[in-house]
Amino acid sequence: MAFFLETLLGGLMAGMLYSLVALGFVLIFKASGVFNFAQGAMVLFAALAMARFSEWIPQWTGINSLLLANVAAFVIAGAIMFVVAWIIERLVLRHLVNQDGATLLMATLGITYFMEGLGQSLFGSDIYKIDIGMPKDPVFVLESVYQGGVLINKEDVIAAAIAAALVAALSIFFQKTATGRALRAVADDHQAAQSIGIPLNRIWVIVWCVAGVVALVAGMIWGSKLGVQFSLTTVALRALPVVILGGLTSVPGAIIGGLIIGVGEKLSEVYLGPFVGGGIEIWFSYVLALVFLLFRPQGLFGEKIIDRV
Amino acid sequence: MTKKIGDVILDVNNISLSFGGVKALSDISFNVKEHEIRAIIGPNGAGKSSMLNCINGVYAPQQGSITFRGQTFKHMNSHQVAVMGVARTFQNLALFKGMSVLDNIMSGRNLKIKSNLLLQALRIGPAEKEEIMHREAVEKIIDFLEIQAYRKTPVGQLPYGLQKRVDLGRALAMEPQVLLLDEPMAGMNVEEKQDMCRFVLDVNDEFGTTVVLIEHDMGVVMDISDRVVVLDYGKKIGDGTPDEVRNNEDVIRAYLGTSH
Repeated sequence: MAFFLETLLGGLMAGMLYSLVALGFVLIFKASGVFNFAQGAMVLFAALAMARFSEWIPQWTGINSLLLANVAAFVIAGAIMFVVAWIIERLVLRHLVNQDGATLLMATLGITYFMEGLGQSLFGSDIYKIDIGMPKDPVFVLESVYQGGVLINKEDVIAAAIAAALVAALSIFFQKTATGRALRAVADDHQAAQSIGIPLNRIWVIVWCVAGVVALVAGMIWGSKLGVQFSLTTVALRALPVVILGGLTSVPGAIIGGLIIGVGEKLSEVYLGPFVGGGIEIWFSYVLALVFLLFRPQGLFGEKIIDRV
Repeated sequence: MTKKIGDVILDVNNISLSFGGVKALSDISFNVKEHEIRAIIGPNGAGKSSMLNCINGVYAPQQGSITFRGQTFKHMNSHQVAVMGVARTFQNLALFKGMSVLDNIMSGRNLKIKSNLLLQALRIGPAEKEEIMHREAVEKIIDFLEIQAYRKTPVGQLPYGLQKRVDLGRALAMEPQVLLLDEPMAGMNVEEKQDMCRFVLDVNDEFGTTVVLIEHDMGVVMDISDRVVVLDYGKKIGDGTPDEVRNNEDVIRAYLGTSH
C-alpha cells in the first residue's frame, strides 16, 4: 500500500509539471483560437534566458546572493518574454486577423523553428543549469501509518504548489474579469470582438505575454530538474496528450488532464510494465489521448462543439 | 407616431471601394439623421454589406470620407468606431459561441468597465459595485429582448432566431448612438420577423437610437424605415422616403421589377 501511494504521489507531482506546459497551450487557444505549436520553443527560450542571466548577473555585477541573482534573472527573462510576445503580435499575428485557424497554426510552426534557432544562437546551445535552490533531498511522510513511510520529493511538492497557485490565479482572471471575458470573446470571433470595441492587438500581446510567463515558470521548474537543453522542447510534446484529455479550452482541464496523465504513466509503468517488458511510460499518455479522441474529442472539460448541418 | 428627427449624425461622402479589379462601391453619398431609421436596400451583391463595413471600419474605402458627429475620417477603425458609440450586428451570426447569453451581452459592456483588473479579480470595493451596475443594465436588455429563460445557455445551442436577438442584445449593451443592423431578419419566419421589427422600433422609440438597417424584405423596410437608400451594382440609384423610393423608376427596374 505504501508503495502504491508513493507511485501515486510521484505521478501526481509529475502530472502537475505536465499541466504547467499544457496550461500555456490552453491559454493561447482559449484566448485567440490558435493552437500554439511554439509553446515548447517558448519554454526552451525562456529557460535559456533564465539560466544564462542567472549565470551572467553574478559575473557582471558581483552579486553573490543566489536568491537575488535568480530573482533578477526571472524578471529579465519575463521582460524578454514580453518583448517576444510584442514582436510576435507586430510581425506575425497582426497580419493574420480574421484568418483561418490552420493559417495561424502554420504561423506558430514557423515561430517554433525561429525561436529554437534564435534562442540557441543568443544564449548558446550547451546544457545549462538553473539552480533556484530547491531542496533536492527526499522526505518520508506518514511514517506512523506505514512501515518505512512514504517517500516524496520536496522539489516536486514545491513545483506542484507553484503550478497550483498559477492555475488558481489564471482561472480567476479568465472567469471574473472583463479582460478575461474579452479574451474569451476574441477566441470565438475576431470581427465581432472588434465591433464591440475590444482592441485585438492589445489582447494578443496580453495573452502571449501571459503564456510566455507560464512558459518561463515551466521552463524554470523543468530546467532545474533536468537541466536546460534542447530536449526541453519535447516536454511540450508530452503535454499534448494532456490538452487532448483535459480539453483545449479549459484551464482546470489542463490540470486534471496533467494529473491523470502523470498518475496513469507511473501506475501503468509499475503495475502493467512487467507484463510487456516495461517502457509503457513513454507511450501510455499518447494511447490514452487517442482513446479520448475517439470517444470524447472535446476532452473532459472542453466546450462541446455542435455543428449545424 | 410623432418622432423627433434631429440633425445629420453620420455623413457618407463619395465613398468608393474596390477589391482588386472588382468595384464594390462607386461614389456613394448619403446621410443619416439623428433618431431616424435609415434603410439600405438593394439586390444581392449591390454593396450593402460593404457599405456597412466601411462605416464600421472593417473595410477601408479607397476614396471618400465619413463624417460622424462633425469629425471627418478617411477610413474608420473598428475599435475607434466602437468607442465613438457605433454598434453593429452581423449578417452571418458572429456571436461568441462558447459563452453564455449573459456573458455575450455582458461583453458588450467591455468598453464601459473601468475598474482595476486586480480589484475585479478579487471582487472588492468599487469593482463589485461596478459589476453589479453593468449586470443590472444587461438584465434590462435580457428582459427587453424576452430571453430571460436562456441567460445561462451557451449561445451556440440556441435556435437561429434567438441567436439573432442575442446579437442585437450585445450591440444594445454598448448603449450605442448609432446601431448598424446587417440583415437582422434574414432567414426568419414571419413571427420572428415581427418580433425583431418590434424590437428595432422599440429601441429607436425608447432610447432614441439611430438605426441604419440593411434588409432584403421589402415589406419590412417600407414599414419601419423613415428614409431608404437604394444601391445596385455598387451605385446609388435612389434615396428618399419609402413612398418616393417605391415610385422611383430606376428602383422599380433594378429591384422591385426583378422580384415581382
